[in-house]
Amino acid sequence: MIESAIELKHLEKQYRDVKAVDDLSLQVGKGELFGLLGPNGAGKTTIISILCGLIKPSSGSATVCGYDVQKEPTKVKEKIGVCIQETAVYPFLTGAENVDLFGNLNSMNNETLKSRKNLLLDKMGLAEDAKRKADKYSGGMKRRLSLILALIHDPEIAFLDEPTVAMDPQSRHAVWDFVKDLKTQGKTVVLTTHYMEEAQELCDRVGIIDNGKLIALGTPKELIAKNGVGNLEEVFIKLTGKKMREEL
Amino acid sequence: MNFQRILALSKKDLKKTVREPAVLFMIFLFPIIFVTAFGASFGGAGSGQTIYNIGVVNDLPSGGSSQQFLSALNETKILNLQTYVSNQTAQADLSQGKVQAVMVIPSEFAQSLASYQASPNNPSQWVNSSISLYLDKGSLVATQAVPPIVQQVLAKFSSASAQPVLSSLRLETASLVEVKTTPSLDFIAPGMFTFASIFLIMLVGQSFAQDRENGMMKRIRISPTTPTEFMASQVLSYMVIALVQAALVFIMVYALGFKPNVGIPSYAFTFVLVMAFSLSNVGFGLITATIAKSPGAATGIAFLFVIPQLFLGTFVGASLSAGAKVAGQFVPSYYVTDALTSLFLRGAAITSTTILIDFGVVSASCIAILAIGITLYSKYFKI
Repeated sequence: MIESAIELKHLEKQYRDVKAVDDLSLQVGKGELFGLLGPNGAGKTTIISILCGLIKPSSGSATVCGYDVQKEPTKVKEKIGVCIQETAVYPFLTGAENVDLFGNLNSMNNETLKSRKNLLLDKMGLAEDAKRKADKYSGGMKRRLSLILALIHDPEIAFLDEPTVAMDPQSRHAVWDFVKDLKTQGKTVVLTTHYMEEAQELCDRVGIIDNGKLIALGTPKELIAKNGVGNLEEVFIKLTGKKMREEL
Repeated sequence: MNFQRILALSKKDLKKTVREPAVLFMIFLFPIIFVTAFGASFGGAGSGQTIYNIGVVNDLPSGGSSQQFLSALNETKILNLQTYVSNQTAQADLSQGKVQAVMVIPSEFAQSLASYQASPNNPSQWVNSSISLYLDKGSLVATQAVPPIVQQVLAKFSSASAQPVLSSLRLETASLVEVKTTPSLDFIAPGMFTFASIFLIMLVGQSFAQDRENGMMKRIRISPTTPTEFMASQVLSYMVIALVQAALVFIMVYALGFKPNVGIPSYAFTFVLVMAFSLSNVGFGLITATIAKSPGAATGIAFLFVIPQLFLGTFVGASLSAGAKVAGQFVPSYYVTDALTSLFLRGAAITSTTILIDFGVVSASCIAILAIGITLYSKYFKI
């Protein structure tokens, strides 16, 4: 049996009269690239926020690398890297300074930080612009920098919340290569995305969420075969009855 | 407590202060420009002594007692006397602001003075007369400063004229001059140190609201940084900013002529006091950020805390009503200004009761306000 990196048991999150997460139980194996799919407002970001310790679940439990997210949030935070939906970088710092800051927040030593910074800036095509202030970056560059900030400390588990939204094709493929590279390094990746071809291309398994419930789980091939359709997007539409759309 | 994280966050905040033009202006340039302009306007620049131009209408013969009186006025070095042949011409210049006052010497001046000197203790023998003094009502300073100067010189002149030893007259006149020539800058300089730090409220409020809006606060919360480390970094960076502000203000007021006769410990105490005061401003900033939904709103809301502190607790409040001064005792800036005034102007020792009480109130209120700020912000937004 594959060792679990993430385990959710009967997880629920209630906001007044809305149930954002509804009795969700799920396991993500170590080294697995797991896709969390669902229409806007399905509860994907809420699930990731619970796993990061940003919000508390109403009931149920969640563990990350064996640590309970509520009881040992600091331990969990040391194990994870999160690329949030917002393109959050400090505009008054250079790209390299942004990376240094988050390396220091993750207690990296100078030598490791320097070599990993250079590696990631190079991989994401930002090495030449590392000394420019981030407010001069394009939207795509900021998103790539945001991804570096999430992963600078080489976490065991990466949560990537819509990492390629609003990216140009070149940037998107650079991120795809980067995510594939994480998998080859044995990292566990949880990816939320609106792009079905992205999930189909990258993910070992996907879970489809709708109204806070897990309505399908399996490899893309299994889900396509089980639903008798041609691709993952058709699986999604068949199961949710909704067309995917970009968030504005 | 991880100092690597605290230092990294503090360094980031300091870079923001230096690199963002709006922040740089609000925190450093605005106080410097304001202090320079205010200090220069109130006698800080140049000689450090205000000279008032006084028009004199005197048609009495030269060499008489009225001329001696005018000479005594001249010796104060505060009044620059300009003689007019008619009151009408003098009044015309007064109405145009060319002179700050017009003094009309009565024709009975010599007779009146002589009658006083002959019977100083018998008013029934005196020939009474009045010197008319017309003041520039557009100048608050002139209306307050000129009458007492003239009155005191007149009193000294009339009694000292009867004295055989001239040196006593000079000595008393010199004493008068010493009191009156203390530059206005000296009175407002203590409040200037307080003034600069108050604007930290706006910076903290805006900064937190902005980081919350653009997702940076979320990003930091996801990192292993603890709330204690985060707040420690904020306190550290804003205390450094307050220290630099105080140093810049000190350099500016020193250059303008503020040179209090105190030792290095007093200066060191000033910086400690201002840094402690900066904590309350971080606290008010956090309360601002709790209420504000956006950085723009934070700017407006910050004024709710800036204005009372500014008007009731700094040099701005020096001429406020008695009621306003009582209200001032409810803002921390009042105690900072009071302690610095005692230290620099009244010559109080650091260990004097007044200063220790002020320091105690500042420290206690600042810790309380900071604690309230952290509690409120944590409750509604998490750190």
